[in-house]
Amino acid sequence: MKIAVCVKHVPEGPAHLDPSTKRLDRAGEGALNHFDANAVEEALRLKGESDIEVVAVSLGPQKALDSLRKALAMGADRALLVSDDAAAGSDLVATSRLLAAALEREGADLVLFGQQASDADGAVLWAAVAERLGRPVVSQAMELAVDGGSVRVKRQTEFGYDTLEAPLPAVVAVSDAINEPRYPSLKGIMGAKKKPQDVLSLAGLGVDAGDVGEAGSRTTVLALGEPPARGDARKIEDDGNAAQAIVDFLAEKRLV
Amino acid sequence: MSRASNFPPPFSSADYVTEPTDPADERIEVGVLVVGAGPAGLACAIRLGQLIEQNPEVAERLGDVPVAVIEKGKQPGSHLLSGAVVNPRALRRLLGERFRMEDLPSFGPVPGESVYVLTRRAALPIPPPPPMRNHGNWIFSLSQLGRFLGERAEEGGAVILPETSAQKLLVSHGRVVGVRTGDKGRGREGGELGNFEAGSDLVAKVTVLAEGTQGHLTGVAIDRFGLRGEDPQVWELGVKEVWKVAKPLDRIIHTMGWPLRAGGKYREFGGSFIYPMGKDMVTIGLVVGLDYRDASLSVHDLLQELKTHPKIRKILAGGERVQWGAKTIPSGGFHALPSRLHAPGLLLCGDGAGMVNIPRLKGVHYAIESGRLAAEAAFRALQRGATPATALSSYDDAVRGSFIWDDLYEVRNMRQVFGRGFFVGGALASAMTMSKGRVEVGKLPAEPDADQPLLVTDRDKSYPAPDGALVFDKLSSVFASGNKTRDDQPNHIRLERRVPSDVAQLWAHMCPAQVYEVGADEGDGTVRVEVAPSNCVQCGAITAKGGRLTPPEGGSGPEYSLT
Amino acid sequence: MPTLVFLEHHGGELQKGSLGVLAKAASLGDAAAVIAGPGASALAGEAGRYGAAKVWACEDEQVAQAVPQPRVDVLAQVVADGGYDTVLFANSVLAADVAAGLAARLDAGLNWDLTGIEFQDGELVGKRPALQDSVYADVGWTGTPRLALFRAGSFDATPTGGGDPETTGISPAYRPYSTAVKLVGQDAEAASGPSIEDADVIVAGGRGLGAPESFTLAEELAKALGGAVGATRAVVDAGWYPYSAQIGQTGKTVSPKLYVALGVSGAIQHKVGMQSSGTIVAINKDPNAPIFEFSDLGVVGDVHEIAPKLTELVRQRKR
Repeated sequence: MKIAVCVKHVPEGPAHLDPSTKRLDRAGEGALNHFDANAVEEALRLKGESDIEVVAVSLGPQKALDSLRKALAMGADRALLVSDDAAAGSDLVATSRLLAAALEREGADLVLFGQQASDADGAVLWAAVAERLGRPVVSQAMELAVDGGSVRVKRQTEFGYDTLEAPLPAVVAVSDAINEPRYPSLKGIMGAKKKPQDVLSLAGLGVDAGDVGEAGSRTTVLALGEPPARGDARKIEDDGNAAQAIVDFLAEKRLV
Repeated sequence: MSRASNFPPPFSSADYVTEPTDPADERIEVGVLVVGAGPAGLACAIRLGQLIEQNPEVAERLGDVPVAVIEKGKQPGSHLLSGAVVNPRALRRLLGERFRMEDLPSFGPVPGESVYVLTRRAALPIPPPPPMRNHGNWIFSLSQLGRFLGERAEEGGAVILPETSAQKLLVSHGRVVGVRTGDKGRGREGGELGNFEAGSDLVAKVTVLAEGTQGHLTGVAIDRFGLRGEDPQVWELGVKEVWKVAKPLDRIIHTMGWPLRAGGKYREFGGSFIYPMGKDMVTIGLVVGLDYRDASLSVHDLLQELKTHPKIRKILAGGERVQWGAKTIPSGGFHALPSRLHAPGLLLCGDGAGMVNIPRLKGVHYAIESGRLAAEAAFRALQRGATPATALSSYDDAVRGSFIWDDLYEVRNMRQVFGRGFFVGGALASAMTMSKGRVEVGKLPAEPDADQPLLVTDRDKSYPAPDGALVFDKLSSVFASGNKTRDDQPNHIRLERRVPSDVAQLWAHMCPAQVYEVGADEGDGTVRVEVAPSNCVQCGAITAKGGRLTPPEGGSGPEYSLT
Repeated sequence: MPTLVFLEHHGGELQKGSLGVLAKAASLGDAAAVIAGPGASALAGEAGRYGAAKVWACEDEQVAQAVPQPRVDVLAQVVADGGYDTVLFANSVLAADVAAGLAARLDAGLNWDLTGIEFQDGELVGKRPALQDSVYADVGWTGTPRLALFRAGSFDATPTGGGDPETTGISPAYRPYSTAVKLVGQDAEAASGPSIEDADVIVAGGRGLGAPESFTLAEELAKALGGAVGATRAVVDAGWYPYSAQIGQTGKTVSPKLYVALGVSGAIQHKVGMQSSGTIVAINKDPNAPIFEFSDLGVVGDVHEIAPKLTELVRQRKR
């Protein structure tokens, strides 16, 4: 059985937007998106001591290999990076297209995603990828089990907990409540270098440059600006009536 | 008057020395183990890579991992902080064939320099005294240089293991055989959390300690192998910021005087530096000797105060603080160097061994040169038929024959003459330099920083109030260091927790990261010291002033990138 | 060209968030709604009251469970049949997956986490915060259909006074993978109050509470407001409250509609964990506490006096 885990290399430290491209400045240091570490951990738990193959997959520039190596150090067996300058600036439509092509090529039984990406706060990629792959998708998994040819997921919704089942091959996005990611051991870190790390370009995947990057995207960032000022911020001193003043304020905003 | 040294921390070097305990097949074996991915450690790894490439038969005997560098920070550079104006000679010697200075990530050669004596409102220029002349030196961010050297080390075949701390020294039959790395995933009380990962025995044929200032295992090794120098080591605390600025700065600046007080009873010695970092950034820092006596002194807040000086305000006008950090610098000089720089299986390099020239405020090039020489000695020890003891002792000889020794000898009493003033402003000091140290003033007694008797003034009342634009509070500074250490880790700071109020105040003001707070009165003349260890940026000041810093979980602490 | 809005319902009622989006759509022009699930057609009237001129209702067996993929089939069919060029969603666990699946199905641009939408020079432009609300971006679409996912609570659900809408049943062809997920069990939420992550209201306690016993002030107020209790790093470090309640850089990041800070100084480590809260009310006796720089209502006073009175007043209002 093969499990593919989609991971993202995201900027570390205080995020900055590049005013010229209006996109996130990814020039500085980066790290494995910490939500994706939950997905890697879950794949490794499912793998256990068996010969299930866990492949870490990422789209990004060459330095995304750093995050893939972290996944390898945790215990993943192989890493695949799809890297091509033409893919920079891809939105959901373009990214999901490219990622689906890579995953199709891998032919994994189970594809795992983390809860969200800490950079664009996107929590939508898996549903788009599952649609392109033509596979069932379940998100917000807080418990995951594979049984025979199907996956069983317990997920949290606004109303409580649902238990769902889907036949493999399937796509599952895990919530950060599902597990506590392991620290890579020293042996793991040292062994990561030796594990296979493939890098593919668009040509290697048979994807056209017009289908990715800005050309392949359907959304765009038009302008960046300051957030609206926090309205009419008020500061008062308690003269014995502060509690009433607070309630009136909340009532005004229909918060109580 | 209390002395912090009367309240020693619950710490014993012996607790950090052990035989390997992992089963033999679980130990991780490497050829040469370097502890610390700073300039010394990476220079060692780079030089070893060069030597191994030229001598493949030695490579075979070093196994799968000929050179491993462990680093407690998130990556090389995360815990590196300095000015820095670097003398290029060691870099040229290390990288000369493959890289020119222009290829390194520097901010260019020093364009010019000024020295000022500050008063509250004025800045009186003085000609740069001889030790302070920096023509021919280059401006770097040490953190960036560390990242660059890390990449070169990896290209040369070294394996860098970040987020890995060296907790204990592995000693077997009187010989250092490696280190035990720190555990990960322990809770506040020391219990094992769900993702607990025990440390490992990392064994090597030669271990090189390049831990930087307050090196944990360096201190342990000095105790274990009796390597203490003539004088006790003492330190300065450096606190600095990196700013984006509107107007480029066209030279490096050093200042002395205000806001430090001149009176002898205070023993406040030090000065500031302001260096351009390209056209749109500037770094400003303040360095103060930790032998100061006023418990209400806060170097963090003195730096904030310094920025309100009209001359400095102008430099920073329209700018924005982008990073902050703090680190101690060993300042005992020549007489505080360890009596030997080697022990069986062990070599000591760089700041950890105290190789810093305080009057010139230089140490990076000594670190690099010592790392390079350590590599050569380690390599000799690995040759077929070598006697390890002889090979390793050749490191001491090499260092003694190098510019490291000559330079440190030349300035050996300078700080003591001026009571540890690190900017030399007087004729005598100049004379010492120009005579290359032949002017003898006799050796003055040196005392550990924690032995200084304390006084308490209301100095803290005059620190400027934070405004979030020019003046910042300590917690904002900790945030600006990139520190997001997990809060529920065990406390890595060893400290006597019930002390007289002035000692508690000393620590609370001293720590630039607000780790210590004066807690409740215990009713017997002591107060409780509250500790918030996750604020710690591992500067090491506490070790100088009566406590003991040990390495927290690997990956904790600051994430410097521009310091 | 009317806008299509995806409405969610639960327990026989349309969700307020999606009704808010519908009301917004109606303010931009003609609006239509799609409701999928048991009892959909019975809710058409209510959709009309919030601005839907037309409602597409699907009550197929395939959409009986609250799973996203069959709804992609429904929406794709509605978009094709109705020729809609804009589809709006209010964020929820379900809606996000539906919107993203639809984006891939139609190769349609999806902008998410929007807090606003307006016409600029005749083109629809979305407004969204980014980088923990420190920056705002105008985002657009290149091509149609345009899909937009709005942050929960972005718009008030105010009835527009519309009448009964034209209602059409819809029953699309379902793709095999759309119907492969089966619900095999369900547990309702235990009545222990919302978790910090989901709470609409959070009352956080800081060192200014003075002692661990005073945390009851935060607990009582949270209960009265129907919210969760949070804590700063300082009080968690001091052992006054568990780490699971910690909000901040090294704790949880939250953005409830209302954040009440009791005795919280507002150090930046805490601020980055809650600065995108809708409304921030702070009570602290230190007039220079940094929290007053980013709260909507700052009260300088004794939290031990004010909090209990506030709790009582809130309880009275709710009766």
